[in-house]
Amino acid sequence: MSDQTTTTGRAVRRGSGRVYAALQVVLDRTEPAVEWLIRLCGWSAILFVFGIFFFVFREALPMLSGKLNLTEFFTSDQWRPTAEPQPHYGILVQLLGTLAVTGLSMLIAVPLGLGAAVYISEFSGGRVRETLKILIELLAAIPSVVWGFIGYMVLGPIIIRCTGAPVGVNLLNGSIILALMSVPIIVSVGEDALKAVPDSFREAALSLGASRWEIVYRVLFPAAKNGLLAAVLLGVGRAIGETMAVLMATGHSLKMPHSLLDPIRTLTATIAAELGEAVQGEAHYRVLFVIGLVLFVVTFIVNLTADLVVKGIRNERA
Amino acid sequence: MEGSDTMINLAEAWAEKYHASHPEAIIQVSGGGSGVGIASLIDGNCDIASASRKMKDKELERVFLKRGQEAREIIVGYDALAVYIHKDNPLDSISLEELAEIYGVGGKITRWSQLGVDPKRLGNDTIVRVSRQEGSGTRDYFREAVMGKTRDYELGSIDQNGSVDVVALVAHTPSAIGYSGMGYAMAGVKTLRISKHKGGPGVAPTFENALKREGGYPITRPLLLYTAGQPKDKAGELLHWILDVPGQAVVKELGYVPLPTHE
Repeated sequence: MSDQTTTTGRAVRRGSGRVYAALQVVLDRTEPAVEWLIRLCGWSAILFVFGIFFFVFREALPMLSGKLNLTEFFTSDQWRPTAEPQPHYGILVQLLGTLAVTGLSMLIAVPLGLGAAVYISEFSGGRVRETLKILIELLAAIPSVVWGFIGYMVLGPIIIRCTGAPVGVNLLNGSIILALMSVPIIVSVGEDALKAVPDSFREAALSLGASRWEIVYRVLFPAAKNGLLAAVLLGVGRAIGETMAVLMATGHSLKMPHSLLDPIRTLTATIAAELGEAVQGEAHYRVLFVIGLVLFVVTFIVNLTADLVVKGIRNERA
Repeated sequence: MEGSDTMINLAEAWAEKYHASHPEAIIQVSGGGSGVGIASLIDGNCDIASASRKMKDKELERVFLKRGQEAREIIVGYDALAVYIHKDNPLDSISLEELAEIYGVGGKITRWSQLGVDPKRLGNDTIVRVSRQEGSGTRDYFREAVMGKTRDYELGSIDQNGSVDVVALVAHTPSAIGYSGMGYAMAGVKTLRISKHKGGPGVAPTFENALKREGGYPITRPLLLYTAGQPKDKAGELLHWILDVPGQAVVKELGYVPLPTHE
């Protein structure tokens, strides 16, 4: 926006005022239409979110109204959705799998992501900083199926060789892949949060004789804590919702996670793997939508928390 | 034509070859799974549904209710499910009973040493069971052929999402065992001979063995196409072509077993 005004401003100074005036007339006339278009874009986002929620809820509703035993749903480890005559819909294993792989990936991604954010924002300069930022953006642009492929074909055999595990697609593999996928978002949001800390804070700390590490640890982290927390929560959201990569890298196995080297299964992967083969409108199909609702609620809570935290920062600054 | 992921390559190859000889015919092929194809047939969104499992009674009923015509089933070839192991695994054959003890609920075989394989050669004694996802036609068929209708899978297998993925994972995992169509063999794996009972003669998954009625390869399933009512016009011509020499040649080319009359 500011770029545009300066260039048009320069154009006026150069004496091409007539062209500018004509352009202004056209802009004035089209402005209401453009305004409406933009408004429509904004509203469509709301429409889509509600539309999706409505659709998922509608498909899940027949199971929710009594047919699904919710106690079994949340506490049973038996997921046999196509068993005859009595199918079992227990998602405990998948729920724990999702929690385990998300938690573990955050253990890797949070120190890595925040460390990178601190380095980019505070310790690097000029070319290094720009190169790093571009590379991290590139990391964010890698499609999830490619990540899954790397986990499956590259990381899996390495894990077998290094640990002697019977199978290379497992909790550890999935966590590493998910961590690498959530690092970019943690870095970019984290870096923004650190940059938002006014330079006067750094100068004040320097004048007190603080070392660079002390500045980061004692001044920047407390000052930017909400922004950093938001960065972490957005990373968590990314990890919970990820589907294709975890489907390929975790082994997709219905087993309680006991160790790092156990294959596991997540909620998202269950939906992705089974929805295609489920008979439309039948119980199995609908239970998958109930799982979708569970995921919807979980990601909603995570995102809402992140949002409130970010809002906290804004209020603090104001 | 819509449906089975097992048959998607086949359907695409048919469409391509058929279009080459009948340029006026346009065939749209999509996958998604046997269940998706059948649902699509019920809703009238496709003319032909491909399926690697038989239609369930409920689905047959719905075709009749919604389309007003009985669903027709056409066998277009056979698929032999091979049992794959890593190329370094010295095992040569296995019996259906042993497979049932590996894959079935409460199965007693969990270690390679129980099958007489020296675990040192695999780096690990644990048998890594590779299977398919719930709802897969291949998964259902393998269960029926190996364990019978009443015994379910033991949970905790690695459930892959496609026929290729099963074989690829076995190729990368020395202590794994998995099942998939015999056309999916690749470098790094080998297929096992299957015997009905322990100590019986093992039968290798080949075209000839798959079609034998007596003493043939025991895990062979039909590949099916479904239409609502007698196929008419263009769909009928296509089906006729598929069952004829050129269509069956495509079946064989892709590693499936063609119908016996064209052997």
